[in-house]
Amino acid sequence: MTRLTPNALIWIGLFCLTWLFAQFGRDWFAAMGLGWAMDYPDAWVIPIKDSISAAMKWLVEEATFGVFTFTEFTRGISWVIEQPYNLARALLAEGFMDGIGRRAEQILPPFSWIAVTAGVVALGHYARDWLLAAIVGAAFLYLAIFGQWESAMVTLASVVIAVPIGVTGGLMLGITAYRHASFERVLKPVLDLMQTIPIFAYLVPILFMFGFGPVSALVATVIYAMPPMVRITTMALHAVDPEIKDFGKMSGCTRRQMTWRILVPAAQRSLMVGVNQVIMLSLNMVIIASMIGAGGLGFDVLSSLRRLDIGGGFEAGIAIVILAVAIDRLSQAFATRTTHPPRDGSWVKRHPRSTTVLVILVLAFVIGQFIPGFQTYPEEAFLTTGDFWDNGVKYLNINYYDALEAVKIFFLSNFLLPIKRFFLGIPWPWAILMVTVIGWQFGGWKLALMNILMAGFIVSTGMWEKAMITVYLCGSSVVIASVIGIPLGVLAAVNARAGSVIGVLIDTLQTLPSFVYLIPVVMLFRIGDFTAMVAIVLYAVVPAVRYAAHGVRSVSPEMIEAGVVSGCTKRQLLTRIRLPLALPEILLGLNQTIMLALSMLVITALVGTRDLGQEVYIALTKADTGRGLVAGFAIAFIAIIADRVISASAQKARIRYGLEA
Amino acid sequence: MTKPTKLVCNALWKIYGSNTGGLSFPPAQEDLDRRGLIGAVQQVSLGIHEGEIFVIMGLSGSGKSTLVRLLSGLIEPSSGELLFDGQDMLKMSERDLIEIRRHKMGMVFQHFALLPHLTVLQNVAFPLTIQGQSKGQAETRAQEVIELVGLKGREGYFPRELSGGQQQRVGIARSLAVEPELWFLDEPFSALDPLIRREMQDEFLRLQAMLKKTIVFITHDFDEAIRLADRIAIMKDGAVIQVATPEELVLSPATEYVEEFTRHVPRDKVLSVGAVMVKGASGTGDGISVHAKIAEVASLVVEAGTPLKVVDDNGQTLGAVDAQSVINVLIGKGG
Repeated sequence: MTRLTPNALIWIGLFCLTWLFAQFGRDWFAAMGLGWAMDYPDAWVIPIKDSISAAMKWLVEEATFGVFTFTEFTRGISWVIEQPYNLARALLAEGFMDGIGRRAEQILPPFSWIAVTAGVVALGHYARDWLLAAIVGAAFLYLAIFGQWESAMVTLASVVIAVPIGVTGGLMLGITAYRHASFERVLKPVLDLMQTIPIFAYLVPILFMFGFGPVSALVATVIYAMPPMVRITTMALHAVDPEIKDFGKMSGCTRRQMTWRILVPAAQRSLMVGVNQVIMLSLNMVIIASMIGAGGLGFDVLSSLRRLDIGGGFEAGIAIVILAVAIDRLSQAFATRTTHPPRDGSWVKRHPRSTTVLVILVLAFVIGQFIPGFQTYPEEAFLTTGDFWDNGVKYLNINYYDALEAVKIFFLSNFLLPIKRFFLGIPWPWAILMVTVIGWQFGGWKLALMNILMAGFIVSTGMWEKAMITVYLCGSSVVIASVIGIPLGVLAAVNARAGSVIGVLIDTLQTLPSFVYLIPVVMLFRIGDFTAMVAIVLYAVVPAVRYAAHGVRSVSPEMIEAGVVSGCTKRQLLTRIRLPLALPEILLGLNQTIMLALSMLVITALVGTRDLGQEVYIALTKADTGRGLVAGFAIAFIAIIADRVISASAQKARIRYGLEA
Repeated sequence: MTKPTKLVCNALWKIYGSNTGGLSFPPAQEDLDRRGLIGAVQQVSLGIHEGEIFVIMGLSGSGKSTLVRLLSGLIEPSSGELLFDGQDMLKMSERDLIEIRRHKMGMVFQHFALLPHLTVLQNVAFPLTIQGQSKGQAETRAQEVIELVGLKGREGYFPRELSGGQQQRVGIARSLAVEPELWFLDEPFSALDPLIRREMQDEFLRLQAMLKKTIVFITHDFDEAIRLADRIAIMKDGAVIQVATPEELVLSPATEYVEEFTRHVPRDKVLSVGAVMVKGASGTGDGISVHAKIAEVASLVVEAGTPLKVVDDNGQTLGAVDAQSVINVLIGKGG
C-alpha cells in the first residue's frame, strides 16, 4: 500500500467535515441561530430574473432601431426563414395549397413517396455504394409502410432548411474567427456558453421573440446546431498544412482566393465532419422543438407520451431512430466520399442518377393522378407495431412489475436518496468554500475566483436548492454511467471482437435524438427521479465508453512491450500501465459525460424532476424569459465549473506523465 | 561573375519572440539571450545570379527554411533589405507582390503541398487559373508541363493515387507552369526514398539544362548540394558561414564545421583538373579541359604514363596533369 500524502489527508479531512455538516449541519446551525446558512433567505435574493423579463418586454414592445422596431425586425427574420421552409414543407409533406384552413384545396401534391425514396437511394449510391443505397432506401420504405411518412417529412423539411443555414453561418463565423484572432477571442467564450446552456433555456426568449410555431423551432435549431460547425471550421482551417498555405501565397492568391480556393477545399474532409454534426444536432433539436410548434415526429412522440399511448410513442420513436440513422450514414458517407473526375457526354449521360430520379418523380406524379397509391402510400397497406409494443409493455408491467419496482426502490433508497440528502444537507457557505478550494487546488486563483463568482450567482438568485438537486441527479447518473461505461470502454480496447460490437452499439446510441431515450424508461418505470436517472445514464454513457477505449488504445505499443518484457501479467499490464496512462483521456470522457448528463437533465424535466431543468421547463410553458434564462445560466455555470475543474486536473495528469509540457 | 544578379539580400534578420520593442540592428547575442529572443536568420547577405543553381545547405534548425521563406517573401524580415530585379520587395504593395508571385516566382515544397481535391491536371493548372486565365488556356499549358516532367497519361489521377516521386513531379510541373524567372525549391527531394531521390536529381538537372532558371535550392544533404550546385551557402545557427563553389568548399573550407562536411565528399567528383595541374608544365595528348572533374579523366591520365596537356575553353595550353596527383586525389591524400 502506498502511504497517504499529507495533501490526501487534508482532502479526506475536508470530505469528512463536509459529510458531518451534511448530516448534522441543519441542527447545529439552527441551534446557533444561523439558519440562513442552510436556507438562503428569500429577502436576500437578487431579482435578476425580473430585470431580464422587463428588459425582454421592453425589447419586444418598445425597442426600435429608428427606421423599424425590434418586433418588425424579428418578423422580418421570420418571413425570410418562413419562405424556404414553407416551400420545403410543401414539396415534401403537404403539397401546395390554395386557400386557408379546412377549405384549402391542394393544387399540387407533394413529391410522391416513391420519388423521395428513389432520391435518397440515388444519394446513397452517389455518396458511397449500393449497400448504403439499400440501407437508406429501406429506412424510407419503413417510414412509408409503417405510416410515419407525413410526420417524418415534416421533420425532414425542418432539417433540410436548418442545416444549410447552420452550415453556412458556422462556416462564415469560423472563417472570420480564423482570420481575426481578436474575433476568435470574443467568440470562444460565447460558444462555450452556448454549448453549456440547456436547450430549453434559449427556447424561452426565442419563443418570446418569434412566437409559437415552426420558425421559432428553426431559429432554435440553428442556434443549437451551429457552434460545433464554427469550432470545427476554425480548427480545420488552422490544421491545413502550412506548406499548402505557403503554396497559396506563392501562387499569388488574394485573400478571397486563399480562403475559397485553397483553405476551404483543403479542409473539406474535416468540414464535412462538422456538417454531419450540424445535421445530427439539427435533427435532435427539431425533435425537441416540437414543443414550440415544429410538428413532425417529435410532436407525435410528445402527444403519445401525454396520452400514455405506449404503442404510438414507440412507433414514432422508432421512426425517429430510423430517420436519424439513415441521415447520419448518408452524411458520413458524403464526408468520406472519394471524388471522381467528371464524365464526358451530354447532361443526361453525365448525371445518370439525377436523370433517373427526375424520371421517377414525373412518372410517379402522372401515375399518381390515376392511382393514388403512387402518390401517397395507401393507408390500407399500413403496418402497425403499436399493438405489439402496447402488449409488450403491458406484459412486462404485469409479469415483472414487482421486479422492476424492486430495482427502482432499491436504487432510490440505497443510492439516490442518500446522495440527495448529502447534497441538500451541505450549508451553502461551506459548499461555496469547498468549490473555491477545489478550484484553487487544480487551476490556481483564476479558477478559484471563477468558481466563487458562479456559485455566488446560483445562491444569490435563489436557485441553490434546485441547483443541488441538479448536482445530485447529474452526479449520481454520471457515477453510474462511468461505472458502466469505463469498463466497457476498456473491454472494447483490449478485446477486438468486443470492441466491434461495442463500437456499433455506441455509434447507434450516439445518433439517437435525446428525446427518444425517454420513451422506454417512462414506459417501464413511470415518472420520477429514477426514470430520469436511467434516461440520463443511457444518453451520457457514450463518451465514457468512447474516451476510455480511445485512451487505453492510444497507450504507445512500446510501453506495453516494456511491460511484457518486465514480466507483467495481463492484469498487471492493465492496472499498472494501460489504465494510469489512459487516465487523462478517461477524465476528458468524464467531462463529456457530465456535459451530456446536464443537457439530458433538462429534457428529463418532462418526466417530473424537481431540479433546475424543471425550472426552465416551467418558464418555457409560461413564456417567462427571466426565469428561464436565470435557471439556464445556473445550469451552464454548474457545467462550466465541472468542465474547468476536470479539464485542469486532466491537464495536471498529462503534465505529470510527460505527455504535455 | 558577369551575369546580372536576380535576387539580393542585405543584412537580413529574422527574430522570433515577442519582446522585440526597441531592439537595434544588428543586435548583440547577449541582448537576444537576455530578452529570450531567437535569431532564426542573422545578418545574411547574398546575391543570386541569373541562371545559377544556388544551394542553401544546413542541418535542421540552421534557419535555412526561414531564410528561403524570407527570400520568397512568405514572411517579413525583422530587419534588412531584399531586392528582386533591383526592386525593393519589402516596400512593395500587396498588389505588386501578388503580381510578382503570380508571374515571376515558383516554389516546390518538401511535402509537395498538392491540393488533395484536384486532379493532376487541375493542380498544375491551378496557379494559372488563380491569375484569371481561362480554363482551356490554363489546361493546355498544364498539359505541356506535365509532359515535360514525364507524367503524360496521369492527368486525371488524384495526388493520393500517385507515388511520392510522381507527386513531386506534379509539384515541379505546377511551379513551372507559370514560367517563373526565379524558382525556389525547399528540400524538394528530402521526403523521397534514396533511389528515387537520385533519379529526381537527374531529372532536375535535365530540366535546368533545358530551362536555365535562376534557382534557390534548399537541402540538408551535403552530397545533394555538391551534386547540384553552382554555388553553395552553408548555414549554421541562423548565419551563413561560407558561400562558395563546391570545389572551393572542398579546397578551402572556411571553418572546421564546413571541413567536417567536406571530409567524406568523393573529392574526385568535386575537384577539377585545374586544381591539381602543374601550371606552365608541358604534356602530351589532345588536351584535357581545365574544368573536367578528376573522376572523368582519372583512368585516361593514369594509363597515359606521361603527364597530359591541360587546355582552357579556347584550346590554349595552361599546364599539365600527371598520374601521381590524380592518384593522390583518388586515395584522398592532399588536394
